[in-house]
Amino acid sequence: MTSESYRSVVLVKQVPDTHNVTGDVMTKDGTMNRGALPAIFNPEDLNALEMALQVRDKHGGTVTVITMGPPKAADVLRDCLYRGADRVILLTDRAFAAADTLATSYALKCAVEKSGAFDLIFCGRQAIDGDTAQVGPQVAEKLGIPQITYAESILELKGREITVQRTLDLGTEIVRCALPCLITVVASANTPRPPSARRRIEYKLAATPLELPALLGKWPEFKSEAGLQKHLAERNQLIPIWAAADIGADPEKIGLAGSPTQVHKVNFVVLESTASKDIAPTREGIAAMIEELVKEYIVG
Amino acid sequence: MPDTQSVWVYIEQNEGKIADVSLELLGKARELADALHHELTGVLCGHRVQDLAQEAIAHGADRVLLADHPELELYRTLPYARVILHLARSRKPEIFLIGATSNGRDLAPRIASALRCGLTADCTDLQIGEYTDKRENKIYPGLLFQIRPAFGGNLIATIVNPRTRPQMATVREGVMHKPAADPARKGAIEEIKPDLEKGDLALTILSRSVKPSTVHLKDSPVIVAGGGGADEAADFQMLRDLANLLGGEVGASRAAVDAGLISAEHQIGQTGVTVRPRLYIAAGISGAIQHRAGMDQSSKIIAINTDPDAPIFQVAHYRIVGDMAEVLPLIIQSLREKAK
Repeated sequence: MTSESYRSVVLVKQVPDTHNVTGDVMTKDGTMNRGALPAIFNPEDLNALEMALQVRDKHGGTVTVITMGPPKAADVLRDCLYRGADRVILLTDRAFAAADTLATSYALKCAVEKSGAFDLIFCGRQAIDGDTAQVGPQVAEKLGIPQITYAESILELKGREITVQRTLDLGTEIVRCALPCLITVVASANTPRPPSARRRIEYKLAATPLELPALLGKWPEFKSEAGLQKHLAERNQLIPIWAAADIGADPEKIGLAGSPTQVHKVNFVVLESTASKDIAPTREGIAAMIEELVKEYIVG
Repeated sequence: MPDTQSVWVYIEQNEGKIADVSLELLGKARELADALHHELTGVLCGHRVQDLAQEAIAHGADRVLLADHPELELYRTLPYARVILHLARSRKPEIFLIGATSNGRDLAPRIASALRCGLTADCTDLQIGEYTDKRENKIYPGLLFQIRPAFGGNLIATIVNPRTRPQMATVREGVMHKPAADPARKGAIEEIKPDLEKGDLALTILSRSVKPSTVHLKDSPVIVAGGGGADEAADFQMLRDLANLLGGEVGASRAAVDAGLISAEHQIGQTGVTVRPRLYIAAGISGAIQHRAGMDQSSKIIAINTDPDAPIFQVAHYRIVGDMAEVLPLIIQSLREKAK
């Protein structure tokens, strides 16, 4: 590494594809069948990964990806390896479950600190399952570093300073910030590179220790989990799993216990039935409707 | 130091003007404060913004905490957070509401994280209610119910923060009604001296270009919106013609924006703007929940769709089953004849 290279950490999330909710997902009593929704890579987290990879391409350095989620969230980490990440870490533990954004950001902060020294942290602007955009700024606060939200592009990265263009609802802003800092990235920032075919082959065995039994079924020549684990570890294909104890997390600050927000109730969205009229798509039908709207002072 | 408990509203200002959402929030917060017998406090940061403190009072604040300092002229996360955290830690508000603008959504999580309190994003309604915490079997009267769409708009969730204070929420622009100003209203203005530290100035704004929005969906009395059913640029031209004729604006569903038919600033719905015009014409919009959430409070809704089972018809006052390419010219023609 040269003195001008940068160590980046990217925080990503596997999310249910809420933009494609179909009838099977919602039950009559207003509960959700989460299993019916495909789990996807949170879209803006791909933009965050791409921005980190571009920094590495240009300046050198490393890209480490951390995700917190259930064991199957390893899927997004494999995707990161295929797209170019150097190192991936899965944060998984039942103790993390039911975390709101405060408890999530605390766990991520502990994991970032354990992962080593860093210059830049990248996250997607927000995740499509909650649309809160809170975890990025909260991780920055817990690490005690500045945040640059809604990043559109990095204009300059030199020494210990970064210049970033931000997209706001009022317009755009160009800011310069001292490193280390946390950057949240918007969807329009870039086009994420696709997984590379070469890296797919290179990382075709990449798995977490939890996935070894299933993998053993596919690769019987390894005979034992221990043998397979050793084989993967020697080839940088073993995705590490960190539990709450591994990152030194205070049990009172993670999961349900560490979440100040509580869901009081959840209502299925019920359509309000409105007094309504069918209008024929004819000249006469439309004219009568316009007549009525004029009388009610809605138009004219 | 006031002994009374208080409801706080962050008064966002840009270029010396209070953001609409902050005034809307003062209206809602006034109701909440009255229901709880709390004081309503506005928190205002900026430079040379003394006049805005009086404007906040005219819109319902009892007290304004005013931090006026050259380093606070433009919004930056760290200096603003420093000032507000100092105030929140010493005065301990019960409720703290912030507009869900890009700056508000940058600031609120930073504050909530530092105070280790709960924060609910993008609320569409706020109420006061009683909550029983089943974990500790304790009843909390007078809690803030933070109501927001969840799961891509398919659910409406009511969130509470029983154990931490302040109860924090960000609120979408345009969903609360802006109260009328009463210039004669009296309130206290307290000037606060910011105690910024060197680290707070780690970020410098090199330039800012404010683009004057040419789309005024939120204030428009009429909105003519197109969706995925509008498959040609010609269809959107027709929507523009109709909007011009009615003195309104053109809106769109996410499908139309994603298809590149129109820019994102026209998008109406959960991930766009929330509107409540006098007349809403939905042409070729199927009416996914995420779109309806942004327009179902319109006074009159005309829906045009070729599919008689399209969900948009369930919120429409006038249902026209037909092709927008045929129906829109009929409406335009009928209006032109009416004008003669």
